[in-house]
Amino acid sequence: MPGLTDEPPGGFHPAEERTPDTFAPVEVGIYGVEKRFSDQVAVDGIDLRVHEGEFFSVLGPSGCGKTTLLRMVAGFVDPDAGRIELDGVDMVGVPPYRRDVNTVFQSYALFPHMSVWDNVAYGLRRKRVKGSELRERVGEHLELVQLSAFAKRRPAELSGGQQQRVAIARALAARPRVLLLDEPLGALDAKLRKQMQIELMRIQREVGTTFLYVTHDQEEALVLSHRVAVMNAGRVEQVGYPEDVYERPGTRFVAGFIGTSNIMDATVAGVESGVVELTADGVERLRATLPERRAVRHGQRLAVTVRPEKLHLYDADGDEQPPAGWCSLTGTVADVVYTGMSTQYVVDVPGGGSLVAFVQNARRISDAGTPGQPVRMAWDPEFTVVLDAEPAGRAERELVEEVR
Amino acid sequence: MSARPALNPGNDAAGARENAPRTRRGRGGRRPWALIAAVAVVFAFLYAPILWLALVSFNDSRTVSRFTGFSTRWYAELVVDERVRSALGLTLRLALSSAAVCTVVGTLAAFGLRRVFRGRGLWTVLLSLPLVVPEVVMGVSLLAFCVKLAGIPLGFGALLAAHVAFSLSFVVVVVRSRLAGMDLRLEEAAADLGAGPLTAFRTVTLPLVAPAVVAGAAFAFLLSFDDLVISSYLTGVGSTTLPVFIYGQASKRGVSPEIVALSTLMVAVSAALLLVGVAAVSWRARRAGRRAELALPN
Repeated sequence: MPGLTDEPPGGFHPAEERTPDTFAPVEVGIYGVEKRFSDQVAVDGIDLRVHEGEFFSVLGPSGCGKTTLLRMVAGFVDPDAGRIELDGVDMVGVPPYRRDVNTVFQSYALFPHMSVWDNVAYGLRRKRVKGSELRERVGEHLELVQLSAFAKRRPAELSGGQQQRVAIARALAARPRVLLLDEPLGALDAKLRKQMQIELMRIQREVGTTFLYVTHDQEEALVLSHRVAVMNAGRVEQVGYPEDVYERPGTRFVAGFIGTSNIMDATVAGVESGVVELTADGVERLRATLPERRAVRHGQRLAVTVRPEKLHLYDADGDEQPPAGWCSLTGTVADVVYTGMSTQYVVDVPGGGSLVAFVQNARRISDAGTPGQPVRMAWDPEFTVVLDAEPAGRAERELVEEVR
Repeated sequence: MSARPALNPGNDAAGARENAPRTRRGRGGRRPWALIAAVAVVFAFLYAPILWLALVSFNDSRTVSRFTGFSTRWYAELVVDERVRSALGLTLRLALSSAAVCTVVGTLAAFGLRRVFRGRGLWTVLLSLPLVVPEVVMGVSLLAFCVKLAGIPLGFGALLAAHVAFSLSFVVVVVRSRLAGMDLRLEEAAADLGAGPLTAFRTVTLPLVAPAVVAGAAFAFLLSFDDLVISSYLTGVGSTTLPVFIYGQASKRGVSPEIVALSTLMVAVSAALLLVGVAAVSWRARRAGRRAELALPN
């Protein structure tokens, strides 16, 4: 199952340059972890390995079990089955105060009766750090989050963004092996969130601590992380570099959850040296490059997807033709939405259903883009991604699709 | 109820800030005289008898209806009155003991109830019920229970048992509501940062519930200090509480200047305790609120 492995895939990955050391020792090892709450399965068998110094995100919709997973690593919740290892030592049953991990809570959970300084000093005092060393390390971490001037304030006297930074400083001050962040930017407004994303990346680079980051915000996960695990209904659907999960989604869910996807059901018509010929309703020509270790057979039904920005539009009866060998179809423009940087076209496909295309407004817009007009759509087969066939027993799971 | 600011100190400051910019006058610009009169009537009703009491207590005359001059002689007489001194001593000992027992047991019970997740509503009703049982009935039942069933002799022991019985639920309710408003993540954060259960309790939980515990203690003291009805069932020979003594004197001999002076003293003690308690709790909140205002522009 290619979707469930977390080994770095082959090929060229720009992200590899960002990852400090993909083959660094495993810092957090999660092996076969399960958790159910009375009648609900929260985490349904998860395997993940987070490497030392990595910024690792767990991305998924609310209720997918990502926060429960994080709380099990922190020690607030015990798993029903499986092992959670920190630096190779099983932590199941070890209370939170004996684990070398610290959490940044979504609600910040700053101690309201203590000053910012005392909040940051809390973890150090528990480790019996005293005197000048205590002052030095608190000062150092207040500086890291640029709040030295606010040391004497109470948390209630700070803005949301400042409270957030205190929470990060407090969690980092005790120098944990792993910093756990539970939707830390969820309570901030959009602009502040962007600022804090940059801030978080800077802090992670500076301290080099392993970050395990939980979020439902796909953009946040793509921007911040070295690697991303996409979770759905208590399971990990795919682990990979941000480019991987976006460009080569492994499952229908990942394709639909991250960005906009055109998902089509297709039938295998032939395979030749790693390139599959497919047939799908309304598509004249459909080809895809098979990922490694993926075998298909003639007549097999599967799903493929292509990102809207990979689609090119041509006048149906114009002179310009798509390059030979490209996938193509002729449809009818159903809707045109101008979004400034690009224009979004919704094109009805003859066999039913529709595809979405994002066309950059780099050229003068032709009048091909008016609803009701026939239009030719084409894309490089390199960008047709073969998704995992629907696994058995998963029919009842909610599948998120953004395609209209 | 005056306990409110103690339960939710943060709201006070916020409310005051919001109301400040409003104009003093009504929307039309004319003063609503009828409403002002209604307020005046309410306050006159509430405070006139008490102010009259205080005034009379400093009157030189033995008759309470004629003013002949300022004097503190009735207070001086109280000090030398052996009955007053013993009643006051008993009342204070009783109020302090009852408050101490209620605060410790009530706070522990509030923490215990925090772990109960089933039937929260039922527990709340069960806790508030003793607060609305008529005192006369409560007195009868406590008399029957303490003396006849448990065999506690009338006097200090029976009084203490009774006072604890009717003050306890108050402490539990106050501390419990404070705990309910507390973010559970705060204790998780303490544990996360390396604090064991006892350290987390000492450094985070206790300081945060302290205002409610103080308020609970103050009100337990006041409830015991003021109680007449239930105490009157349970006072033994030579063990009379101040309210029971005052009632006895007033009903037998009418309102004498000594009794008026004693009553004024009781009002003063109760009011002082109430003010100190409320002020101590809201001071911190108001300070935090003011600083928050200053912090906003940055």
